[in-house]
Amino acid sequence: MTDASTDTSTSAPATSTRDVRKELRRQLFRSKTFIVGMLILLFWTFNAIAPGVLATHDPTKQNPATKWVRPFFNEGFILGADRKGSDVFSRALYGAREIMIIAPSATIIGVTVGVVLGLAMGYFRGPFDDIASRFIEALMSLPVILVALLALTSLSGGRLTIILLIGFLFGPIIARTIRAAVLTERNLDYVRAAELRGERSWYIMFVEILPNVFGPIVVEFTVRLGYAVFTMAGLAFVGFGTQPGSPDWGRTIFEERLSLLSDVWWPALVPALALASLVVAINLIADAVQGLIDR
Amino acid sequence: MTRYVLRRLGLTVITLFILSIVIFAVSVVLPGSVGRAILGQFASPESVANLNRDLGVDGALVPRYLKWAGGAIQGDFGDSYKFRAPVMDFLPTALFASIKLAIATLVIVLPLGIIGGTFAALRQGKASDRIITISGLTLAVTPEFVVGIILTMIFAVKLDWLPSGGSAKGSVLEQIRVLILPALTLSAVLFGYLSRMARAGAIEALAADYTRTATLKGLPRRTVLRRHVLRNSLLPTIAVTASQMSYLLGGLLVTETLFSYRGLGLLIADAARGRDVPMLMAAVFLVGALAMLMTLIADLLTAWLNPRVRLGATQ
Repeated sequence: MTDASTDTSTSAPATSTRDVRKELRRQLFRSKTFIVGMLILLFWTFNAIAPGVLATHDPTKQNPATKWVRPFFNEGFILGADRKGSDVFSRALYGAREIMIIAPSATIIGVTVGVVLGLAMGYFRGPFDDIASRFIEALMSLPVILVALLALTSLSGGRLTIILLIGFLFGPIIARTIRAAVLTERNLDYVRAAELRGERSWYIMFVEILPNVFGPIVVEFTVRLGYAVFTMAGLAFVGFGTQPGSPDWGRTIFEERLSLLSDVWWPALVPALALASLVVAINLIADAVQGLIDR
Repeated sequence: MTRYVLRRLGLTVITLFILSIVIFAVSVVLPGSVGRAILGQFASPESVANLNRDLGVDGALVPRYLKWAGGAIQGDFGDSYKFRAPVMDFLPTALFASIKLAIATLVIVLPLGIIGGTFAALRQGKASDRIITISGLTLAVTPEFVVGIILTMIFAVKLDWLPSGGSAKGSVLEQIRVLILPALTLSAVLFGYLSRMARAGAIEALAADYTRTATLKGLPRRTVLRRHVLRNSLLPTIAVTASQMSYLLGGLLVTETLFSYRGLGLLIADAARGRDVPMLMAAVFLVGALAMLMTLIADLLTAWLNPRVRLGATQ
């Protein structure tokens, strides 16, 4: 077993690894949950890039005369109009952009930080690992969104700040998973062999171990992407990270939530369902990927 | 057991200490200034410096940390910027309200999640299992305010059975009516998690040798379920749930905002918007300490119920 894995990772190179990847991809595309999730995700990605294609109105155009037009094709509004007379459907399409920029960027940063930290913790162990583990444990007793709020008291709430903030808060959580994966790899023969060859630590971590913990990294990425959307939406809902009046889903739901009480459900419910569809799609993908890699 | 408890308590104290450093560091050390954030970008540098001095946020870091942490140990988290009164005048009431909400949530979600998960495990692979698993997965990842909005629309607006928000005051019945919708909202997210754990636990217990023995020696199915399956699957489920408490506590933020429920979550949201740093730090510290306490209790409970730990054998 150990011999075989040494073989694939060092001597018998790219072809076999590429075959494994290809086989994994083929199986992914046979999974129904993966395809459904992917289709929804592609739909929102498309709208984040080019919301104007499907939108019927300018999302910022307001008109008191069309306040609270009821949904389903009344007065040219597919899903009705909100309290400012703006088109609910178009705003929902434009609302995808902010979250589709912030969540993936934050996740990429989080995974990068997490992988570097996790590799170092798992490879070096010792006091560095002990101290870092303690800090991560303390940090994880707090919901990410609360720590983000704390930091936002002194930082400006721009897009870049939110991306960095969520990224760096996810990093330690991801590091824990990567560390666990590295710990099992660390004692395998190929690592010992590289150490005996006199390779430097960074070479062993990034060239030898990293490719072998690829599975957990992919799983973490998809799972964390879902949480990034969740966190960003929550922050927007309590009023951070987006400007008032922005079509962003979390922000819109917060601003339109009181209309509900007048039995006007569409301005808040449409972005709510859009948000739900995005999170569910990401989690369907994550579930499919996880099922495949864990097997 | 005593040694285990002492070691676990010691670790908790250390983690609490680190938590206080983390909170202080995140809210204070990051680039940016509280005075600038409060006064806005057009304020003069002098007035920003003056405000920073008034608020006591311009000195060296270590003395400031010691002052904050020293006060915190004695239950003094300083004065709120917004109310100009001690933070501790506000925290206990909010905490109490949130605890009420948390208990209401657990009363709903614990039985539902355990029954749902065990039921799904018994019908593993069948349609009802798929429905429970998929709806649980969906609920677990849907933001609380999405679920909350749908519930409000149905039960508060269309049916007009329950209030759409407000705080738990007045008679017990009135309080329960106010608590139902926010508690259901929080339950939805937790249900997915809890039922998944309960299902996994039950599947493991169902496959275990002791369950087969119990069935083969002719015990009625009900007895097998209660005495062999549930008894073994419940504990890990509850322990894992307790470790997810920080998640529930994070959910309070949006849920209480949506339902205008005056608890810790709404207090934190207001403090964050008003940049009321002492209030925010104290409330967030409280949340972290609470989550840690829950994990500690769950760990101790698990240890106590597990003879191998209780009787002092090392794992």
